[in-house]
Amino acid sequence: MALNSDGLQKRVRCVLLVLSGKGGVGKSSVSVQLALSFLSLGKKVGLLDADLCGPSIPLMIGAHGKNVQRGPDGWLPVRAGPSASLSLMSVAFLLSNKDDAIVWRGPKKTAMIKQFLSDVQWGDLDILIVDTPPGTSDEHLAVLEGLRGHPVYSAVLVTTPQAVSVGDVRRELTFCHKTGTKVLGIVENMSGFVCPHCVECTNIFSQGGGESLAKECDIRFLGSVPLDPSLALTLDKDRDFSCAATEGPAEAALRHIAEILLKEMNEDANVAQTS
Amino acid sequence: MAENGVTGVPQDCPGTSTEQAGKASPCQGCPNQALCASGQAQVPDPAVQQIKERLNGVRYKVLVLSGKGGVGKSTLTAQLAFGIATDESKQVAVLDIDICGPSMPRILGLDGEQVHQSGSGWSPVYSEDGIALMSTAFLLSSAADAVIWRGPKKNGLIKQFLRDVDWGETDYLIVDTPPGTSDEHLSTVQLLSAAKIDGAVIVTTPQEAALQDVRKEVDFCRKLKLPVIGVVENMSVFVCPKCKKESQIFPPTSGGAERMCHDMGLDLLGKVPLDPRIARCCDEGRPFLTEVPDSPACTAYRDIVQRVQRFCEAKPEKPKAME
Repeated sequence: MALNSDGLQKRVRCVLLVLSGKGGVGKSSVSVQLALSFLSLGKKVGLLDADLCGPSIPLMIGAHGKNVQRGPDGWLPVRAGPSASLSLMSVAFLLSNKDDAIVWRGPKKTAMIKQFLSDVQWGDLDILIVDTPPGTSDEHLAVLEGLRGHPVYSAVLVTTPQAVSVGDVRRELTFCHKTGTKVLGIVENMSGFVCPHCVECTNIFSQGGGESLAKECDIRFLGSVPLDPSLALTLDKDRDFSCAATEGPAEAALRHIAEILLKEMNEDANVAQTS
Repeated sequence: MAENGVTGVPQDCPGTSTEQAGKASPCQGCPNQALCASGQAQVPDPAVQQIKERLNGVRYKVLVLSGKGGVGKSTLTAQLAFGIATDESKQVAVLDIDICGPSMPRILGLDGEQVHQSGSGWSPVYSEDGIALMSTAFLLSSAADAVIWRGPKKNGLIKQFLRDVDWGETDYLIVDTPPGTSDEHLSTVQLLSAAKIDGAVIVTTPQEAALQDVRKEVDFCRKLKLPVIGVVENMSVFVCPKCKKESQIFPPTSGGAERMCHDMGLDLLGKVPLDPRIARCCDEGRPFLTEVPDSPACTAYRDIVQRVQRFCEAKPEKPKAME
């Protein structure tokens, strides 16, 4: 029996997986920024951090140190973000000492992720974003198994321009193909750095790999996101949502990507409803 | 973590080696219940001794770890290998146990190579500099092939890599790992428990988002009693090639690796600045360490190589037999 597929199917309109074969390309940063962009577009959003060994979402969204509460029907997601409107779940919320390592083998990781999908009271959401660890293993299979039966789930793939990254993302595309996961497009992150002193743009992590991969695999290229230390800074410290911050180039690029993704997911959801 | 490598145990675990193993009430729902109840958890894995024998010819074994992905583990592994290999009297080998994302073949210029079996086991693939490499990538028929394996199957391959690869007489075996603290890491440490790991180098970048994962990795090393050689802070600063001014692309909001090492009693082996030529060399399979000797990143890497070697080679030799 698919776990709580009923609840997720009825109450969560779309699920968006943020994937990459490669670590450190910015999946969590992209997940957080997409979530905030969807919120600003008036959507009800949840964000599930399925990276059990390296859960980054709480820090990036300013929810570091929070703990999860149990309600009568299951876990209540942690509320964070602007006006606490974002519903979050991460294994980080379950740790009493945040520096403790989660040293779990596959079966226990699988069980935890399935619980996150079945036992968390997500409520009515327009979009549930699932941030994943790098790779194509237990966690990814667990997420797909937990979503079995959901009519609208798709993925966005994140890469950097380097061949080393693109090589892993090519494998992730194969994973999506083999598991029947629709890929909405590829985001190329860390795409160039503009020196704040002299405005020279340097391609620190090589150039063009994401766009080439998208062309090679006939997948939509959603856009490039530049390296932006101001966003890195924002995602690294306690975030204050009470005052409006200036939008930097990376945030602007990701907001544009969010608009494209929202349009695609809405179309898929409308088709699913009428069929 | 319980003994015999069984992990994921419940809080009131009766002990995987006890009579109650798998049969007590806290065992209900534990993923290891069947294993414990069958008594298999108590039998030591014969592979551990086989691996010890296989690795008798390997002098030093170093793991390159990080809790965080994308901080430059594979890049550092390659520079360590290139650095040690510049001494022609030393033989270096690299084992790439990142099964889902094997980067080492590309970085060492061995993309597209295949592995061969010989009478003495699997032969590693040799680079132009004489570095021996084993990687899952050599077992895939195409670059797009995905390895969609759960933990147990990954563990099986790691066991094969450690038991069946014929490294020959090797001074250094450097093991590149995927990010995290899971099956690959546990299996490698457990399977090498008799062969002994000399130490681990932990890689991070300066920002808190990386350090919070790296602290977990240090916790992992301490739980498994794995010696930590030290920490490398990668992507420290960026020097603009045009105006030569410095920028911090990954700001050290919580004091960077320096502060973490101070707080946790670890050695900071070095800070490597960002240099776009590193990424280019890795992509093209060229040794950055020898091709771009004027880069400050190169100086930093060389220092790190020396410090790692000093740590390993400072250990006392086995006492000679009494005459």
